[in-house]
Amino acid sequence: MNAFDAPALSVQRLSYAYGPKLALDAVSFSVNPGECTILLGPNGAGKTTLFALITRLYESRDGLIEIGGFDLKQQSCKALARLGVVFQQPTLDLDLNVEQNLHYHASLHGLSSREAHLRIGEELERQDMFERRHEKVRQLNGGHRRRVEIARALLHRPDVLLLDEPTVGLDVPSRRAIVDYVHRLATEQDIAVLWASHLIDEVHDTDHLIVLHRGKIRAQGTVSQILEAAGSNGIGAAFQLLTREEQ
Amino acid sequence: MRLLHAIRALRGIITRELYRFVHQRERFVSALVRPLVWLFIFAAGFRSTLGVAIIPPYETYILYEVYITPGLLGMIQLFNGMQSSLSMVYDREMGSMRTLLVSPLPRWFLLLGKLSAGTLVSVLQAYTFLLVAWFYEVQAPPAGYAALLPAVVLSGLMLGALGLLLSSFIKQLENFAGVMNFVIFPMFFLSTALYPLWKIQESSELLYTLAQYNPFSQAVELIRFALYGQFNLYACLYTLAALVLFLIAAIIGYNPSKGMMQRKGGAQ
Repeated sequence: MNAFDAPALSVQRLSYAYGPKLALDAVSFSVNPGECTILLGPNGAGKTTLFALITRLYESRDGLIEIGGFDLKQQSCKALARLGVVFQQPTLDLDLNVEQNLHYHASLHGLSSREAHLRIGEELERQDMFERRHEKVRQLNGGHRRRVEIARALLHRPDVLLLDEPTVGLDVPSRRAIVDYVHRLATEQDIAVLWASHLIDEVHDTDHLIVLHRGKIRAQGTVSQILEAAGSNGIGAAFQLLTREEQ
Repeated sequence: MRLLHAIRALRGIITRELYRFVHQRERFVSALVRPLVWLFIFAAGFRSTLGVAIIPPYETYILYEVYITPGLLGMIQLFNGMQSSLSMVYDREMGSMRTLLVSPLPRWFLLLGKLSAGTLVSVLQAYTFLLVAWFYEVQAPPAGYAALLPAVVLSGLMLGALGLLLSSFIKQLENFAGVMNFVIFPMFFLSTALYPLWKIQESSELLYTLAQYNPFSQAVELIRFALYGQFNLYACLYTLAALVLFLIAAIIGYNPSKGMMQRKGGAQ
């Protein structure tokens, strides 16, 4: 398989355990370019562990992760170069301003100062944050900080954008704005998006869904496929049904 | 790893550390006040009770202030190393460490970059302290100030690597206070920073042996000799060996498949 005909993100038979406790059990899925995939699961489903493995904070002996066709274990630098991440916890440096934070990230991805400057301008413009580029992150509200983090994740033009519950703690308008923006990104820029959430109202009809529960994938497919499989007419009811039996 | 990418990343890591250093003025002031308190108050108080015989690299009797100045330079770097390590534990808890670790560069390089940036800050602090000490009439030969640079770089790297290693073991910030008590204080007091080895030997053979093998003692001696334009080969090799050892252990500690990151599980 070469880098061009592979799915943007491929996870195959991935397992992971904390001691005797199995957190992920033979998880397999893939995300294609231009596709927005929502990883739905209640707390403790294994979403954070899965993200820690895809970002190589942990490494598992069992299973395979490929990003842009590159094996994360064997070609970690090439694979990570194609990955943009928005972590659940805030990861901006509060004492630096917006631009300094973004320049730091750009340098870690090997962008020249000129290139970084141009891309920072573009990404901040796109999110209506350009005027605030000289403000310290500490002065921004939660929604604006998230926008900066998304801009940062896109600076190096990744193939895959990973978002780990990025709307937690935000008010409704900020949440809506981020959900809509990321969905537009996937289609307009052909980025593969994997979005972890436990909020079903963040799902669009065109999304792909993966329902994760207790470390196992309970269902995956388009929204209509999931509804059909669960015999339900709403995502909320389908999600409850798919995660109910062991709760 | 492309060379240009590596250079840009290193520049980014160092610039970020310098920005933080500039923005966190209280960190700079406290890093400076701590050794100055020792120099102005502790050393003045103990001047008459702690006589120091003529020992290399000194060629004459010296005041106690002069004796402890290299030790205080070491203290600055020891605290800086631990402060960096504390900030790494904090970064890891708060998440910003993750942005560094998911960068498309080998992890050893990222850790080395972080270590170099922290060392640069500690060198700046050390020279600022020497400037204040100079006005307090603790003055070394002019050439000593230049000869000191490679010595404080090496000792800064070694103590920073120790901090890095500790940060790979420490699960949460709360555990850090214990490590400060069990690492910083024993390392500092069981060294040649405040009193020469022969003085320690007079009191206890065991403490003397421990102080002799304490890598912090060797870092302080390396600094002491360099400040007087002399090269202490043994101290240099010992400090270098400790740096290599701590750094390798820290890199293993941060390896996603082999190290401590793996075992921390839920805390991440």
